[in-house]
Amino acid sequence: MLSTVALLADSTPAQLLPARELMAFTLASHILLVPFGVALPFITLLMHHRALRRNDPVGLLLARRWSAVMAVQFAIGIITGTVLSFEFGLLWPGMMGRWGDVFGLGFGVEAWAFFLEAVLIAIYLYGWRRLKPWTHFWLAVPLPLAALMGAFGIIAANSWMNTPQGFSLDAQGKPIHVDVRQAIFTPMFGPEYWHFVVAMLLTAGYVVAGVYAVGWLRGRRDRYHRLGFTVPFTVAAILTPVQFMLGDSAARAVFHKQPIKFAATEIVWKTDTHVPEYMFGRLHPDGTISGGIKIPQLDSILAGFKPSTQVTGLTSVPASDRPTATQATIAHWAFDIMVTIGSLLILLALWYAWSWWRHRDNPGSRWFYRCAALAGVACLLTVECGWITTEVGRQPWIVYQHMRVSEAVTDTGAGALWAMLGIVIVVYVAVFGAFLAVVLKMRTRWRIADEGAAAARAEPPPETDTPYGPRSEPEPTATGAAPDGGSGHTSGGAS
Amino acid sequence: MAEFIAWVLVVAIAAYACAGGTDYGAGFWDLLAGGAERGKRPRWLIDHAMAPVWEANNVWLIFVLVIMWTGFPTMFQAVFSAMWLPLALAAVGLVLRGAGFALRKPTRRLAQQRIYGAMFAVSSLVTPFFLGAVLGGIASGHVEVGTTASAGAWANGTSVLTGLLAVAATAFLGAVFLCSDALRFGAADLVDYFRLRALLAFAAVVVLALIALPVTHDDARYVWDGLTGGMGLLLIVLAAVCGLATVLLVWRRTYGWSRYTSVASVALVVGAWGFAQRPYLLPTTLTVTEAAGAPHTLRWLMIVTAIAIVLVGPALVLLYRLDTMGELEELTDADTRAARAPGGDL
Repeated sequence: MLSTVALLADSTPAQLLPARELMAFTLASHILLVPFGVALPFITLLMHHRALRRNDPVGLLLARRWSAVMAVQFAIGIITGTVLSFEFGLLWPGMMGRWGDVFGLGFGVEAWAFFLEAVLIAIYLYGWRRLKPWTHFWLAVPLPLAALMGAFGIIAANSWMNTPQGFSLDAQGKPIHVDVRQAIFTPMFGPEYWHFVVAMLLTAGYVVAGVYAVGWLRGRRDRYHRLGFTVPFTVAAILTPVQFMLGDSAARAVFHKQPIKFAATEIVWKTDTHVPEYMFGRLHPDGTISGGIKIPQLDSILAGFKPSTQVTGLTSVPASDRPTATQATIAHWAFDIMVTIGSLLILLALWYAWSWWRHRDNPGSRWFYRCAALAGVACLLTVECGWITTEVGRQPWIVYQHMRVSEAVTDTGAGALWAMLGIVIVVYVAVFGAFLAVVLKMRTRWRIADEGAAAARAEPPPETDTPYGPRSEPEPTATGAAPDGGSGHTSGGAS
Repeated sequence: MAEFIAWVLVVAIAAYACAGGTDYGAGFWDLLAGGAERGKRPRWLIDHAMAPVWEANNVWLIFVLVIMWTGFPTMFQAVFSAMWLPLALAAVGLVLRGAGFALRKPTRRLAQQRIYGAMFAVSSLVTPFFLGAVLGGIASGHVEVGTTASAGAWANGTSVLTGLLAVAATAFLGAVFLCSDALRFGAADLVDYFRLRALLAFAAVVVLALIALPVTHDDARYVWDGLTGGMGLLLIVLAAVCGLATVLLVWRRTYGWSRYTSVASVALVVGAWGFAQRPYLLPTTLTVTEAAGAPHTLRWLMIVTAIAIVLVGPALVLLYRLDTMGELEELTDADTRAARAPGGDL
């Protein structure tokens, strides 16, 4: 077995590249929706609770609209997530066949948590009209907990791939004596989990707030926009410094548990003390670094709080067991972009905190809202970066030091995989494009209605409601609403 | 214990066949509903009946996959290697179906709705066919550990017939459920519309099953024998009784129990297949015991499953209850738009 491993290390199967590209593309797409799947229910419930407590129609309206967005987003998240579970088998049958019973249980937890989430979200989304307000709210309260459970399962699986344990190998290299608890609570689990959960809350908060920051910049400064901005932004701003600490401790955990990954993210070539920190820069295959800002000693200080800390370098393992120079550079850039954005977000959060401390109010500067509008997009970028750091930094391993990506890959030919990648890209671009278009359309329609309501103030509902009439009341569609819409609402009726 | 997990897998597949199958069936009738004007009413019903539950129904599939790779990793690897193409196509179908359905509702323009609707409807036909074909390939012993992807594994008589049977069974389930839904939504014309279709779909199931008898006799000998004797036969007979009972109920326009009997008939067929395959996971090369994962994992899988049943069970019951009681209604534009009016002065 070991000899085959050595053989495989040299030969890269042709289907490896398309398989990795396909996995990367589908996961990169899916991960953009994850913050909303995990954290949007929480933020929505926060608004919902506030509105119910204060009997505030504006807050309720916001919560309802967010849940309308959640409905579409959750559906797209479910299908892109299902694709990923298929891909475990379609792309990496070697990994699942060998290790499925060691680390698969996390997915079992995730599947059930997800099931619960799907059920509860359905009740929440469709319960607005008929359920009693507080019953409706309380039925949704387990939702964020189910989301946390789901994240638990996924991160347990991923952290196991980073620091696999909870098994021993028999003579053929097959895992035996599986200990599930050890396999779930691996050394990287804690740091990864909290870093991830807070990242999701943070991202969802900044993205939602960003929508209303844009509205504020365009001169819509009513209470609706103020509230829609303040609640999610406060959640995100409180969590930003927390996330900074968590990220820092996660990086230190990587330093201790996955030294080669740490070396890649910090482009450390030789094991040494007094290692300098490079901001960006590029690692070449011969170990030299071009570009970037060099800060002497800092990497050692960050890793172990003193310049004499020894940092393991990439060359401490054979070239076949570590990321290539290009991969290391990618992981390094992803890591640095994430840290840079995180630091900038701290400044934004401090600005917000200072303004509330001094003026008991949101900052009034246009620049604050410009930054806030960008914060959401920047956060989505950091989510991608964090994921790239952890996945690319682990190369060439799929299970760190136990299985190479090339050993796990399917036998299906490269041609079929490239074709599949082409199809998936077309489908995903169409699906995500349509998703964005639908959400933007919702926003436009709401805005027009709000402007109409603010202008007319009289009784807009009957008029503004007509074009969408058939959707309002399912039962009377056939009779009541049909006459007044004509062909205009055919689409609505069939919707 | 491996035996028990294998049965959990069979139950999960049965649950997906019933819950997901109903939705696929609805999509099938959406496909056949005709032009925009003619198909408007059935499509309206399909949308409203499916919307609250389709996501939860879909999760059964994920659960099936998770049990496969956690409980029986070797089998998972073998199936996904041998059945690469149908599973890849099923995955694409799932994306198009979900996206088509989710995006059709909030879309306003008829042309766009047509595209999304077509996506949803066509993939509702394609996905169960391929999933059925995979099951057929497994049952007929075309998958062994180490089989590489080839058309032969799924492009054979048994696979194709199982795929078609899957489509017909989903169409049957979908039509039976839509009858009850039409009644619930007070659309009397649609009750008869779907009543006719339920009967037609049942006829299709019977015809396909009769064709399958001789075709699969040699191709899938082991499972064939299992289905025509012992527990397998008993369950098949029970399934047939339930199917006939459904037809009788639908025929006499008593829709109170028809949904339960139709679900029972499909679930019993899946159960019969489970009995027929014993003790094999992949007939006739890989037994349940051989394929089983680490004992400690299986024990934990049982614990997780038990906890999940306690947590998810009540929630699922609540969802279906609320749904059938008509407590669940889509958020309308009036809720998200015009509700702005009272707060307009702020």
